[in-house]
Amino acid sequence: MQNDSQVKIQVRNLSKVFGDDPKKALKLRDEGLKRPEILEKTGQTLGLSNIDFDVRDGELLVIMGLSGSGKSTLIRCLNRLIEPTEGDIIIGGENIPRLSEKALLQCRRRHFSMVFQNFALFPHRTVQMNAEYGLEIRGIPKAERQEKATHALKQVGLEGWEHAYPTQLSGGMQQRVGLARALANDASVLLMDEAFSALDPLIRRDMQQELIELQHRTKKTTIFITHDLDEAINIGDRIILLRDGEIVQIGTPEEILTHPADDYVARFIQGVDKSRVVSAQRTMRPVRATARDTDGPRTVLRKMVENGLDSIYVVDRERRLLGIVTVDEIDAAAKSGQEAIDTLISKDFPSVGPDEPLASLYKMFTGNSYPIAVIDEDSRLMGVVVKGAVLEQLAEAEAE
Amino acid sequence: MMDFDIPRIPLGDWIEGGLDFLTSEFSGVTRAISRTTQTGISLLNDGLMWMPIWALMALVILLCWRLSGRRLAIGALLGLGLIWNLGLWNPMIQTLTLVVLATLVAIVIALPLGILAAVSDRFYRVIMPILDFMQTMPAFVYLIPAIPFFGIGSVSGIFATVIFSMPPAIRFTTLGIRQVPKELVEAADAFGSTRSQKLVKVQLPLSLPTVMGGINQTIMLALSMVVIAAMIGANGLGSEVWRAIQRLRPGEGFEAGIAVVIMAMLLDRLTQTLSGRKKKP
Ligand SMILES: Nc1ncnc2c1ncn2[C@@H]1O[C@H](COP(=O)(O)OP(=O)(O)O)[C@@H](O)[C@H]1O
Ligand SMILES: [Mg+2]
Repeated sequence: MQNDSQVKIQVRNLSKVFGDDPKKALKLRDEGLKRPEILEKTGQTLGLSNIDFDVRDGELLVIMGLSGSGKSTLIRCLNRLIEPTEGDIIIGGENIPRLSEKALLQCRRRHFSMVFQNFALFPHRTVQMNAEYGLEIRGIPKAERQEKATHALKQVGLEGWEHAYPTQLSGGMQQRVGLARALANDASVLLMDEAFSALDPLIRRDMQQELIELQHRTKKTTIFITHDLDEAINIGDRIILLRDGEIVQIGTPEEILTHPADDYVARFIQGVDKSRVVSAQRTMRPVRATARDTDGPRTVLRKMVENGLDSIYVVDRERRLLGIVTVDEIDAAAKSGQEAIDTLISKDFPSVGPDEPLASLYKMFTGNSYPIAVIDEDSRLMGVVVKGAVLEQLAEAEAE
Repeated sequence: MMDFDIPRIPLGDWIEGGLDFLTSEFSGVTRAISRTTQTGISLLNDGLMWMPIWALMALVILLCWRLSGRRLAIGALLGLGLIWNLGLWNPMIQTLTLVVLATLVAIVIALPLGILAAVSDRFYRVIMPILDFMQTMPAFVYLIPAIPFFGIGSVSGIFATVIFSMPPAIRFTTLGIRQVPKELVEAADAFGSTRSQKLVKVQLPLSLPTVMGGINQTIMLALSMVVIAAMIGANGLGSEVWRAIQRLRPGEGFEAGIAVVIMAMLLDRLTQTLSGRKKKP
């Protein structure tokens, strides 16, 4: 199911020691010691240890972990705001830890823009000038950078605030400026370090939603850091779970919730409302039988009887879903000698995409009793969800 | 009593030897500096003297009014009126000339040093003890080396004043830049700023109020030193005081002293409002 998208960044064997004798700390690490023991023995902090992962082009990757787990260190190693102790970070054919100072500047300008937890806006610059900053230092001509900054501000809903100063704005709006400053820059990867953690819960929800929409629209590769599992699940295409500087699990929100890698993750995910996460795709069953639009009533009737169905979905040659017919109508048409079924196809049926969460599926069973059709982007029928399966999953979620 | 005959360390001789060496080796340089400074003094002084008194006074009052407000403008009117009335206008202009020139030179030297000390820990460790030393040294000690270099007169006065008044400008520049929030510097770095872009676009603008505070102190120190420099022949209010002391006329001495205080207050308030001024949204 996972389409093999292109890899944007490869991180291999990345480690970071905070201290003056990193070799010693890494040696102890290789002997199997963990962060607390190494700290005790050497006074040095093993910030990150043997981090391996890929960032896929266009994905929204969340790095999650408790405070102190090394999230900020990891994201800052990517653009070398923190010098990694060892390891490779490969983007666009360049290995970032090996770059010269000069090449590093170019790499940061081309590939990375960043949004910070405490906004880190320049207080002496207007909103517009903040948004222009990245372009300005790259020497982009004034007209062009004004246009790009204006566009970015528009994307985050800050039209009309160009000439305000950051201190005149609320927290949520300030972070929009932070986001616009990063977007205007046109870098290929967006780094967000707890970008929404300082915001009120309500504003935070809004910002998450807007980020998801923006990210889906622009397909900008985004690495988002959070200590909040709900946030991670809400926005992440994939999640990397970090503990004490090590990766504990990488997977989609659903994989992590349904197959926690170990007790730590399992404890972590307790209390998360699964019905919001478990998707239609997970609950759906293969379709037992479908009718073709070219089938006659008698063929369809036979398929239904053989499979014990009282309604059946009709698809075309490419398996695109056309509608649903019921056994009563087909029976009547067969008796009256009708040749085609196209007049009988009803468009009044429930359908969802594969990512629809369980919670909203349940609500759809109120009207008729047709199974819910799960269709892909080209409206091809992937499977159906029946009421019993939803109830089963919900019960399971409750039990855990 | 035991009498160990420890030879006295000839520290003074060494310093003298060093000064002799410097004055003879760099006489060309010192003469050039002397000439330029003298020209600067004459130009500025003549310019200020050329202006009618009422025009200059009006200018200062207007400046006070625009930068600070009515109170300072009224203060300036009364203060400057008193100075004029006491017949101390010309010495006041001479003092102002020396203060302005010395401050300008001090700032031109101090800013780069302060920036360097902010970005380089090693330079910071070297210069801070030197600044401590400079600031604990009694003010008029600086007069001594000035004379062999530049002789008696206003140039020596400026030289000593520059050295004496420079430390706060350096210190505050360093402090201001180092005080810029770490996150903002990090943000500048994250977008790929070069060192100088970071400095010009983020660190310097944000440290400006602090730097201006340092410049304010430098001006105050310069004023006090310019008065002391009358001892080595610098013209102005200081020499009025000096003459009054020598002739045992305490009244005249106090009059000149009051003129200095008025100048100090006006300069202080003016530069303070500059440093405290917030960017208007
Ligand atoms: N500059 C530093 N010097 C020493 N230890 C550090 C430094 N920065 C971070 N650490 C330590 O590294 C660990 C990870 O920190 P951080 O990456 O900030 O965690 P997170 O962002 O997940 O809260 C923490 O134990 C922290 O104390
Ligand atoms: Mg952090």
